[in-house]
Amino acid sequence: MRRRVLPGFGLSLGYALVYLGLIVLLPLAALAWKASGIGVEGLIRLLSAPRTLAALRLSLGGALLAALINAAIGLLVGWVLVRYRFPGRRLLDALVDLPFALPTAVAGIALTTLYAPHGWLGAWLEPLGIKVAYTPLGVLVAMVFVGFPFVVRTLQPVLASLERDVEEAAESLGARRWQTFFRVILPVLAPTLLTGFALALARAVGEYGSVIFIAGNIPMHSEIAPLLIVQKLEQFDYAGAAALGAVMLLLSFALLVIVALLQRWSGRWAERTT
Amino acid sequence: MRLELSRLNRRFGGFHALDDVSLSIAPGEFLALLGPSGSGKTTLLRILAGLDYPDSGSVSRDGADFLSIPARERRIGLVFQHYALFRHLTVIENIAFGLRVRKWRLRPSRVEIRARVDRLLRRVQLEGLGSRYPSQLSGGQRQRVALARALAVEPDLLLLDEPFGALDALVRVTLRRWLRELHEELALTTVFVTHDQEEALELADRVAVMNNGRIEQVGSPEVIYQQPATPFVCEFIGKVNRFTVRRSGAGFGAGGWLPDGDPWQGRFDAAAAYVRPEQLKLGVPLALPAWEARLRHIYLAGSVAHLDLYVASIDQTLEADIASEDLSRLGLQAGMELRVAPRSAVLFPQDGAGATVNQERWIWHARSPVPA
Repeated sequence: MRRRVLPGFGLSLGYALVYLGLIVLLPLAALAWKASGIGVEGLIRLLSAPRTLAALRLSLGGALLAALINAAIGLLVGWVLVRYRFPGRRLLDALVDLPFALPTAVAGIALTTLYAPHGWLGAWLEPLGIKVAYTPLGVLVAMVFVGFPFVVRTLQPVLASLERDVEEAAESLGARRWQTFFRVILPVLAPTLLTGFALALARAVGEYGSVIFIAGNIPMHSEIAPLLIVQKLEQFDYAGAAALGAVMLLLSFALLVIVALLQRWSGRWAERTT
Repeated sequence: MRLELSRLNRRFGGFHALDDVSLSIAPGEFLALLGPSGSGKTTLLRILAGLDYPDSGSVSRDGADFLSIPARERRIGLVFQHYALFRHLTVIENIAFGLRVRKWRLRPSRVEIRARVDRLLRRVQLEGLGSRYPSQLSGGQRQRVALARALAVEPDLLLLDEPFGALDALVRVTLRRWLRELHEELALTTVFVTHDQEEALELADRVAVMNNGRIEQVGSPEVIYQQPATPFVCEFIGKVNRFTVRRSGAGFGAGGWLPDGDPWQGRFDAAAAYVRPEQLKLGVPLALPAWEARLRHIYLAGSVAHLDLYVASIDQTLEADIASEDLSRLGLQAGMELRVAPRSAVLFPQDGAGATVNQERWIWHARSPVPA
């Protein structure tokens, strides 16, 4: 074996594995074990229930859409924060982290108050026929809110490292502004943008606290899958809750794998170095 | 195409990057903008490229206004110090970029683009590396890709911003000889920015020396080197010995050295004299005015030997360069006493306050040069 400059590979790897095992794998194993108590028949019954399907569709679909919105808005906000110097930039930069810091229930109640039919924003939207609170749209708003910092924070260092002269080279070669963006800037950002997207997605899929207040939790309409799990727990249906949790986990995992593959493909130029 | 730059000014806050700069660039010419950092040379290049605009002044191309043309329509090839390649694109895609972003009507066919890229790859000697990414290339190769990419759009003007600045010494010399050959082949009007005087003198047809946002002198490399217009040009181009000469009787003198004549006819009492190391003559006969100097050190640098000579009468150490093989022929050894005198010098008179008066330059040559 080659000698390493830094000692302690064995020790640190062992520690990392034990830690991961205790914190991540053990609870997951417990989940799988508990879920298996429901049996194949129970699983089929659970998954064929329209209410379950509607909740899963809302949770995953809403999370995907929220992550997409966050990718677009996050790119814009990150760009503004990195590229321009303006008064209040630092304040704005600090504001980005707020969804991280706020207890989710507080965020949920605040959003509900804003978007409720008589709230500051709801009162304006209601006449236009747009209902946010107690609808799937409200779920989306809450999911966008909690996932927002991820895209901005992952993109910022990469945006800062973009070289200005690359854009100038593109311009002098005859590229119009949008061509420079889509052909030069976006491809370089894509792997990082996908990282931020995946983080925002994962956060939104599992989000509970901020969503349940604004969702109104109407079955078949604005009820998210995590809420179903909580309801099952309240009815002491531990196996059913665990099974639904496991299903969510698998679906999220599949989504994240797809994102990871996309990410690898978009960053293929960075891997090959001599 | 001929470019006329007229009275350009550019300020960044309180910093005067360009201060009333005028310059004309002839068709097919290879022009170097030479100066220390902050002298305005890059600002000037960026204005030509359309990436920056002057606060006042004009640039015209064949008589037509050039500044109103946006960068992407100026037909300019631009090469940066740090290559600025598109790292997510292969070498071929990098070179083809300028053709692929063209509007559909002006875009050559796929086959045509491919043929042109292949031709350029051969020209920059990178055949076989077309499908690599920039990260898989060496610095010299990357800069050649950047050049091929700039040439692919068939520009009228090639602008190079410190193109060899990030390369190591050996690659730098090879690449600049190669660039010179390429220029002779293509006869493309080329402006390049550098702070390396050797690079500028070796490559360019004409050199513009810049300092503090002004052009100090424009001329052929020979003129810049042998007839520097200002003290700054003397000091920036090559090594130089500087000392003060003062009025003594009808002429001037410094220590035992007396340049003959006084072109200023008594109007000035002192002048700053500049003598290049290779213009110091060693072993001057007793009949001629010269300095008594002590040879302090000999630095042998391959083919050239640098000598440290201390001249007591002006209390200064001067540097002389001679060919290494002359060391033994002249029997030179550290510690020995020598008679030395300049073969030629450039003198700038100083007014009462000690400031130099650039317009009154005096290029002095010894009347009866004695072989070294």
